[in-house]
Amino acid sequence: MEMNYNRPIDAALFPDGCERGSLTKFLLWLGGVSVVLLLGLYAAFLVLSRGLGVTGLDDYFGFGLWITFDLGVIALGAGAFFTGLLRYILNIDPLKNIINLAVIVGFICYTGAMLVLLLDIGQPIRSWFGLWHPNVHSMLTEVIFCISCYCLVLIIEYIPLILEQKQINKNRLAHHIAHNLHLMMPLFAGIGAFLSTFHQGSLGGMYGVLFGRPYAFRDGFFIWPWTFFLFVLSAAASGPMLTVLIATLMEKMTGKKLVSFDIKALMGKIAGTMLLVYLVFKFMDTLAWINSVAPRSGLTFDQFFHGWIYGKWLLFTELVLCGVLPCVILLYKPLRDNPTLLYLAGILDCAGILINRYVMTVQTLAFPSLPFDKWALYCPNWVEWAACGFVFAYGAILLSISHRYLPIFPQERYLNGGCCAGGAKH
Amino acid sequence: MSAKKEFNVKWGMAIDLDKCTGCGACMVACQAENNLAPVADASNKLRVMNWLVVFELSNNKEFPDHEVAYLPRPCQQCAEQPCATVCPVVATERNEEGGIVSQIYPRCIGCRYCMAACPYHARYFNWFDPVWPKGMEKALTPDVSVRPRGVVEKCTFCHHRYMMAKDKLRAQGKNIFVKGEKRGTKHSAIAEGDYVTSCAEACPNGAIVFGDLNNPAHRVYQLTHDNPNAFRLLERLGTDTAVYYISSREWVRRLGDNYLKDEITQKPEKILPKKH
Repeated sequence: MEMNYNRPIDAALFPDGCERGSLTKFLLWLGGVSVVLLLGLYAAFLVLSRGLGVTGLDDYFGFGLWITFDLGVIALGAGAFFTGLLRYILNIDPLKNIINLAVIVGFICYTGAMLVLLLDIGQPIRSWFGLWHPNVHSMLTEVIFCISCYCLVLIIEYIPLILEQKQINKNRLAHHIAHNLHLMMPLFAGIGAFLSTFHQGSLGGMYGVLFGRPYAFRDGFFIWPWTFFLFVLSAAASGPMLTVLIATLMEKMTGKKLVSFDIKALMGKIAGTMLLVYLVFKFMDTLAWINSVAPRSGLTFDQFFHGWIYGKWLLFTELVLCGVLPCVILLYKPLRDNPTLLYLAGILDCAGILINRYVMTVQTLAFPSLPFDKWALYCPNWVEWAACGFVFAYGAILLSISHRYLPIFPQERYLNGGCCAGGAKH
Repeated sequence: MSAKKEFNVKWGMAIDLDKCTGCGACMVACQAENNLAPVADASNKLRVMNWLVVFELSNNKEFPDHEVAYLPRPCQQCAEQPCATVCPVVATERNEEGGIVSQIYPRCIGCRYCMAACPYHARYFNWFDPVWPKGMEKALTPDVSVRPRGVVEKCTFCHHRYMMAKDKLRAQGKNIFVKGEKRGTKHSAIAEGDYVTSCAEACPNGAIVFGDLNNPAHRVYQLTHDNPNAFRLLERLGTDTAVYYISSREWVRRLGDNYLKDEITQKPEKILPKKH
């Protein structure tokens, strides 16, 4: 076979019909990102060798940036389960053009969250105790079980993408495994949706059951506080938009069209619908919180807020600026069809969910539960930020490698002037 | 939330806030008794290990009406625990006669969910490995295990002293329990005073009284039953704690819980009559 020496040296590994930049540039990019990764590794080494005292956490803020980060990435990683549910169970076919990315983003979010959790628990060697000595009354037990299982599902969903790599796929066994896994994908999508619904909910339930913390405590249905359902809905409302934003960011960075805009707009419409459902319940929940939980606890709405850092602006930003506004943009077609507005809505949507996870974690603990106590202040230090940076860097590296060598965007070939219209095999 | 467990014996405290001067002897005694390692830099009070903390309460009035009170806060040993119900690995539970909430250090994974759940801030985390200054390790209490970094700990009502009191009875060939006056009830055979926490023992003013809240013969029972000055912290949460506080000052009792402006202290279900 004649070689084209103008192509990058690793061109034989590229997906069929897709071009990539030079290997040198690619390695330089990976090297730059690896600096952040190494800083995170050093932070992890400090935590594991010296103890959690090297972080900014304290006895009032047992939960801090890391838990907020975990809740945030798990909510935003919900694109994987929700898009999978819509694609494989409800058969919304156009989503095949973005489902692979959603799976990889979900995989990065969940494995990243587990890595951070490993640092966050004081005795990481005992992390299996959650499976071996479970307390069936604890929402966290359910989270441990479901996240562990769902991580396996994401690995199973990721494997066929790797096996479809052009050179690996030449191996007959790899080819058949990938093919059969694709056939079974609706089953895994169903299991993933089931597991995700429960652990997204249980993460919300973790806060809702804290009857000693009126900022987070909620009434509920049967054993589930309302936060259980709100966390599921909010994850489904924001996860698809993170996938769209990442696809767009990858397009900007690579200079190639990867997903057609109509697919992004469809994801926006789905996210907007979920956001609307979420907001209806969230506003009802907020009203019930103000008028029921608060007075029952001997508190007023005003007492839940303090100064600038814990001010009411957070609630307004979460519900209106990052809730109602993106919801309107995503549901109103003329606005949604404007790319700038679609991406803006996506950013606001994700930011609103992150604010929600932040206040549920930090403001809940900052609130003085004892009447003679004061509001507490929490400031994460560089070790905590570096560990979060590690996950970003790990995600960037995994996405970069996946994009360069794996056929994750079925439309890429024809969107960039390739010979034939693309389409996922599955 | 799991069902509340009732026990024949319910160890508890009555702390008289009118007697407490805030001297901190209880905190020191607790630290020494329970092998709490000193912290190298104690400037951050939220990183200092104290199973029992004395809070300063103020009526927030200007001189000459200004008043303060001191409130020692051990673990409240709730019958409806916010902490034990959320622990994912059953490292803490209230499952033993006496109603003391346990903390099982070798089981704890250090997730700190219990700390987030406890509204009394009674739980502490080992941020680093404990280090005792040279020579001080010789003064450790042999009956109390030391804890490694990465686990949560809390006041146990000096549980090792409870064990010792029971061992003493066994050595004397006596039963652990005796029949109570009321039909079907049992009381601990441990004589009042034979099992006392180190904080109660160390208090110079006798502000902390320890005993069985279910035994009418115990002082703690008499101090807490039908006493209009007795209250518990955050009672309206329904935690059903085993630590009672006593004060004749209404503003002190009111600081024991959150009240809406027009609610009556200790009776939040009743509303103050509107002024005309």
